[in-house]
Amino acid sequence: MRVLAALATLLVASLLMFAATEILPGDVAQAILGQYATPEALAAMRDRLGLDQPAYIRYVEWLGRMLVGDLGQSTSTGQPVATLIEDRLRNTLILAFATALVAVPLALALGLIAATHANSAVDHSITIAALIAVAVPEFFTAILLIYLFSVSLEWLPSISVIRSGQTLSDTLDQLILPVAVLTLVVMAHTVRLTRNSLVNVLSSGFIETAILKGIPRNRIILFHALPNVLSPIFTIVALTLAYLVSGVVIVETVFSYPGLGRLMVDAVAGRDIPLIQACGMIFCLVYVLLNMTADVLSTLANPRLRAPR
Amino acid sequence: MSIVPAEMVLRQKSRPRFGLLAWGAIVVLSGWVAVALLAPVIAPFGEGEIVSMQSFAEVPEAGLLGTDYLGRDLISRLLYGARMTMGVALASALLACLIGILLGFLAAVLGGWTDQLLSRLVDALLSFPSVVFALVLIGGLGTSLPVIVVTVALIQATGSYRIARALGNDLIAMDFVDAARARGESAWWIMSREILPNASAPLLADFGLRYTYAILIVSALSFLGLGVQPPSADWGVMVKENVQGLFLGSPAALVPAACIASVTVSVNLIVDAIVERGRAGRVPEMLP
Repeated sequence: MRVLAALATLLVASLLMFAATEILPGDVAQAILGQYATPEALAAMRDRLGLDQPAYIRYVEWLGRMLVGDLGQSTSTGQPVATLIEDRLRNTLILAFATALVAVPLALALGLIAATHANSAVDHSITIAALIAVAVPEFFTAILLIYLFSVSLEWLPSISVIRSGQTLSDTLDQLILPVAVLTLVVMAHTVRLTRNSLVNVLSSGFIETAILKGIPRNRIILFHALPNVLSPIFTIVALTLAYLVSGVVIVETVFSYPGLGRLMVDAVAGRDIPLIQACGMIFCLVYVLLNMTADVLSTLANPRLRAPR
Repeated sequence: MSIVPAEMVLRQKSRPRFGLLAWGAIVVLSGWVAVALLAPVIAPFGEGEIVSMQSFAEVPEAGLLGTDYLGRDLISRLLYGARMTMGVALASALLACLIGILLGFLAAVLGGWTDQLLSRLVDALLSFPSVVFALVLIGGLGTSLPVIVVTVALIQATGSYRIARALGNDLIAMDFVDAARARGESAWWIMSREILPNASAPLLADFGLRYTYAILIVSALSFLGLGVQPPSADWGVMVKENVQGLFLGSPAALVPAACIASVTVSVNLIVDAIVERGRAGRVPEMLP
């Protein structure tokens, strides 16, 4: 069921994507080549993109090519989109995994601390810090950290250039700042949600019973409270990773990190429609997959959701 | 001895006044609104006026913060930027709430396939990460102020729709709506006269949140070079323009970024205060 729903969502997303990039602009060839294109160039571009056919036929053909992995050719560089994306996708995945590795455990731990010390000074400062982190633009955090650690202290490089064959420690150096920024951006929501769902569980009857039975505090939190918040926590983690998708676009641009997000920004600036479509669909795919995984995991963790609705 | 039901006493006690933080936020926000309205009057120089040949310098010709990367007065551009950034975000947030509330109430009042259709459409829109959605639309349509406003409004309308629909569904079960239906009032009457007045407090709080997100998305797009275009002064644009100055030891890029943060943090604090008040007061807990 859930897989079907995810597939349907992707189909609608692809339809929206196609409509936004190939139907809304009116004449795509004009949009790509700009206002001052010669009529011959326009005709050639229309021919190359197959614009003489009606939109729904183009959509079906486009979708078919996407499905077999033919992403077309970039209109600005003429290279196949697949080769352009390959390395960038790997770099973005490295960044995302590194962030997830740091952010998820840290956020859960902070949420746990805030919840077990609810309404104390620790809790309040964590809450306020999280509120501020949500309200501040990603690029502000990014350039603030650059200013502090690259310019003032000169500890870390401010831009990331990942080359093949560079040493691991170089890569790590270049990853630290982007990962730190993404972690800050992404963690805020997770900390708050973890805290709130844990506080709810901790105030329920069976926890009180456990306390009255004299079970040690740590044992209560780990074995009585945590299993009951596993299901919301899976959802929260997936949400965290979903925020990563948006955050990655900005952070990659700030640090000149050669990833998919920056590729997409460049593609939009250059009106490179096939490249935009490919990057957009990859981001959507990741996003939908994450949400689906969260759904499945939280169902597995919560027996009450397992019964068919 | 007066006889007052215990719950009423409790309610009056627990209804908090605005705290110091919220009042501070209101002062900051009103300050920025005044600046945005009065920018041409109070700015010492024009929006794109070059006052010095030196970039990132504290020259006597320029205002307090010195010059930007082109030798323009930073303070003047900040003041004009308030106008652009807050104005564009306001337009997007208003449009988003208009679309979201109208469709949300419509879905609640009419129900049935209208509700199904609208809700599935919103689900589909939500399956795009918001920044990616904006990038795709701007990639297709090119960038211009109307495109930015509509794009951001569309992204935000999804959240507004969900809240309006949930509020509408709660209120639709009330007796006064049944009474209005029995009188034969139209769907429009029910939406505007029965539901809207009773949902106004949470919707106002929601508008505040939409506004913060709108500022964040608009300035992020401008920062990426895909939103407001230079030479217009916009805080996101200013961060992008002056980011190189960081390496010359000039904090010119940090100032507009801090301005954005001051507006969004203020709005968030005010919204929080309103929600807290609403919770303790007459409006039942309706916001998630």
